[in-house]
Amino acid sequence: MGRYVSRRLLQLVPVFLGTTFLIYFMVWALPGDPLAGKCGDQACPPAFIERMREEFGLDQPILVQYFSYLGGLLQGDFGTNFRGQEVGTLIANAYPVTIKLALVALIIQAAIGLTAGVLTGLRPGGFLDNLVLTATLFLVAVPVFVTGYVLQTVLGLRLGLIPPTVPANPGILDLIVPGYVLGSLSLAYVARLTRTSIAENARADYVRTATAKGLTRQRVVGVHLTRNSAIPVITFLGADFGQLMAGAIITEGIFNINGIGGLIFQSIQRLDGVVVTGVVVLLVMIYLLANLLVDITYALLDPRIRLD
Amino acid sequence: MTDPTTATSDKPVGTPEAAQAAVTRARSLGADAWYDLRRRPLFLVAATLIGALLVLAAFPQLFTSVDPTVGDLSRARQDPSAEAWFGYDHLGRDVYARTIYGTRVSIIVGVLATTLVVLAGAVMGLIAGFVGGWVDSLLARIADVFFGVPFILGAIVVLSTFRQSVGNSVIGISGLVIGTIGLLSWPITMRIMRSAAIAARSQDYVKAARALGAGPWRIITRHMLPNTIAPVMVYATIALGAFIGAEATLSFLGVGLRDPVVSWGVMISEAQSYLRTAPHLLLFPGAFLVVTVLAFVLLGDAVRDAFDPKGR
Amino acid sequence: MSETTAAAPHGAPQDNGAAPPLLEVSDLHVEFHTRDGVATVLNGVDYHVRAGETLAVLGESGSGKSVTANTVMGILPMPPAKITGGAIRYRGEELLTATEERRRELRGENVAMIFQDALSALNPVFTVGFQIGEQLRTRRGMSKRDARNRAVELLDMVGIPGAKQRVTNFPHEFSGGMRQRVMIAMSLALDPDVLIADEPTTALDVTVQAQIMDLLADIQREREMGLILITHDLGVVAEVADRIAVMYAGRIVEQADVHQLYAKPCHPYTEALLASIPRLDSKGTELQAITGLPPTLTRIPSGCPFHPRCPRAADRCTEIDPPLTALPGGRASACLFAEEMAAR
Repeated sequence: MGRYVSRRLLQLVPVFLGTTFLIYFMVWALPGDPLAGKCGDQACPPAFIERMREEFGLDQPILVQYFSYLGGLLQGDFGTNFRGQEVGTLIANAYPVTIKLALVALIIQAAIGLTAGVLTGLRPGGFLDNLVLTATLFLVAVPVFVTGYVLQTVLGLRLGLIPPTVPANPGILDLIVPGYVLGSLSLAYVARLTRTSIAENARADYVRTATAKGLTRQRVVGVHLTRNSAIPVITFLGADFGQLMAGAIITEGIFNINGIGGLIFQSIQRLDGVVVTGVVVLLVMIYLLANLLVDITYALLDPRIRLD
Repeated sequence: MTDPTTATSDKPVGTPEAAQAAVTRARSLGADAWYDLRRRPLFLVAATLIGALLVLAAFPQLFTSVDPTVGDLSRARQDPSAEAWFGYDHLGRDVYARTIYGTRVSIIVGVLATTLVVLAGAVMGLIAGFVGGWVDSLLARIADVFFGVPFILGAIVVLSTFRQSVGNSVIGISGLVIGTIGLLSWPITMRIMRSAAIAARSQDYVKAARALGAGPWRIITRHMLPNTIAPVMVYATIALGAFIGAEATLSFLGVGLRDPVVSWGVMISEAQSYLRTAPHLLLFPGAFLVVTVLAFVLLGDAVRDAFDPKGR
Repeated sequence: MSETTAAAPHGAPQDNGAAPPLLEVSDLHVEFHTRDGVATVLNGVDYHVRAGETLAVLGESGSGKSVTANTVMGILPMPPAKITGGAIRYRGEELLTATEERRRELRGENVAMIFQDALSALNPVFTVGFQIGEQLRTRRGMSKRDARNRAVELLDMVGIPGAKQRVTNFPHEFSGGMRQRVMIAMSLALDPDVLIADEPTTALDVTVQAQIMDLLADIQREREMGLILITHDLGVVAEVADRIAVMYAGRIVEQADVHQLYAKPCHPYTEALLASIPRLDSKGTELQAITGLPPTLTRIPSGCPFHPRCPRAADRCTEIDPPLTALPGGRASACLFAEEMAAR
């Protein structure tokens, strides 16, 4: 097990380096002068530009800049932007609410998706099955921002059931509707994946064996069937957490949540590359770590994995 | 039974036999899937919708004679009427005409992005799966890197980076969006192709073909491609819908397509500010978008079920 | 039947005549509803097994052997399957009309089953100890520890070396033969008195096959179980079976004592089966393959289902479907020429 984990960790290193460099490269290639506007309406004096360029290492080749950035990153230092703000602080302010939102979305999609998937997977072809299949098709087809606007307009503006925008320090309850919006697409996938997985495994020989052993239906389904069917679903949910955090940009925009979405947008508009890089690099790390966690869970759930 | 049927009495006799023949005949996978598809109502609905959308995209001028780019501020944000079925937008442009013309761009973006993703992914996947060794490891890691970038974030960064360099031409703006979607999505087709190619490579008949001296080109085209086409086609159909949605999402965020391009995403993006006063600005392009994506998802679903009967 | 009872001295295991059957299947009909139509998979199956007796059910694949066994166990996937008639009795108790809860109680406890492919029949994500002990814990209320110990004993009994260590292994960590032994140990956990073994050795190497068959025969003898051995392998049958039921197109076409059947088959299908296997005592004679194919179950021929392949087929065979009829010597055959064949 330990060897498995360390091997997976080792495999992450090149991916991490590649991804962060890609992001770093693209962000620094953003057109426009990041120092423009620093000195009010006038152009900055050449001496100032010279000093700033030196301070931020802009005169160095991109690779050198990248590795010095990476060096800081490894010590937990996300750097400082041109306004002198600590990127680490900006991130620390914006991340918690986005993580909260992504977690709410994950819980909602897991709860509804798994229930719907298990119920339909056990009775494929029934009325409920067709209902859920159709519902998931709609969830997949309706873009997140449409779902968001519709729910905001209907629930918030017309019916007044929820505040149309989320308050500054939102609690879990405030995030339920945005969380549903964020997780709606994945909810459909979870439901379908669970359904397929359950329906496929329900026909497996070992389920027949469990029944032939005289185990109760609850035990056959609850122990033998779920354990095997959970494997692909857990994989999906884990991998989805990173996507949810990134996808939160749209939901945050609609419900006016001050998370990383807003931070990224502002920073791109202000050509604030340090912040963009920091936020994205952190997201990529979360994404990769979530995948690693999924792989470990996978190995715990399926003993056959450990061999290869 | 009764008189009216006697005129066509030869038909009822022929039908059961024909059905029996169809059932017992050994069908190829493709023929089997096609046989299956024609009997699915959802497939027929989706195919009809897509057919209609393609006609809209190809000949928008058949459906409206109004120029979608001409605006008259005096009629800005007017509600739908007999004269302008979908109303007017914030610049007084005809929403109906814009929606019709928007079909073309939305579908072209979807189709080209899908083609790009399938071609790039397929080539990389086949090379990785066929050659194996360090080439495979390298390509798989590169795919991991692109797969590791969250789609929306990556798209925002790429689109902002190159926004200025493509200028204001319709082709430039659309090309950038298509390229961005392709750049961030090719790893999926690459993985499908790669695993299919690896599976095919270890098949006995492929080993036999190799042993008999078949060249790599022949093995790829004759043995690997036929087995990998089905999963890639299924993915492509669903992805086409997803990419149309992605274009709209990016345009909505203000980094995708933009004026002077007319697309549903652009319209929805422009409608954002007038949600409360003029909801029809969002409603019509939004409805077209949802129906289109739904049609492609339905189609992909039906195709997958047809190719993989045990999935149902 | 009564003459065999009279002949046997002190109720030896061979003396099965008087004992009521443990398990009895009569006139069982099962259909499968598929896209290609309705397949009548079982068309009136009759067989029974007594305590201490091994009944071999013999037939080509698709003849309905496994479907019958699954119906007895109550593990037939319904739909697509549908039981359209007949009865299954365990110690006189009718099972097809019993409640699902009652049937569940009987499974494993009274009637247990061994499957063909132990790799897929065992759950890949649980240890073999867990899977064997599971029944003991859930149905006997045993503690985890007692169940584990009992699992070790059972594994030891079926001849798994180092049972104590191997109890924590997963199915994929065993060889094919050892896996089948695990399957057998699992089926014995609750001391059933009827064991159904569905092609238990088909997936194994020839040498391992013999070991597994010996194990099953030993267990059956020791525990006085009724064993229903489903197989298409006549060689396997000759060594362990007491009685043989030959199936064709979803019904029993001949039923007889193993020696009688080998000495004098009373159904042309059995005769053809016997002619198709190599035998040491008939060196030099040519092996006869059975011509033609088994019928498609969606369209079984009229009359005797075997007539298109039968060397004896006469005109009336295409019209009359002969029922399974008793012959002298406690045997039965479903052929219009049965008495003629028996009289040879």
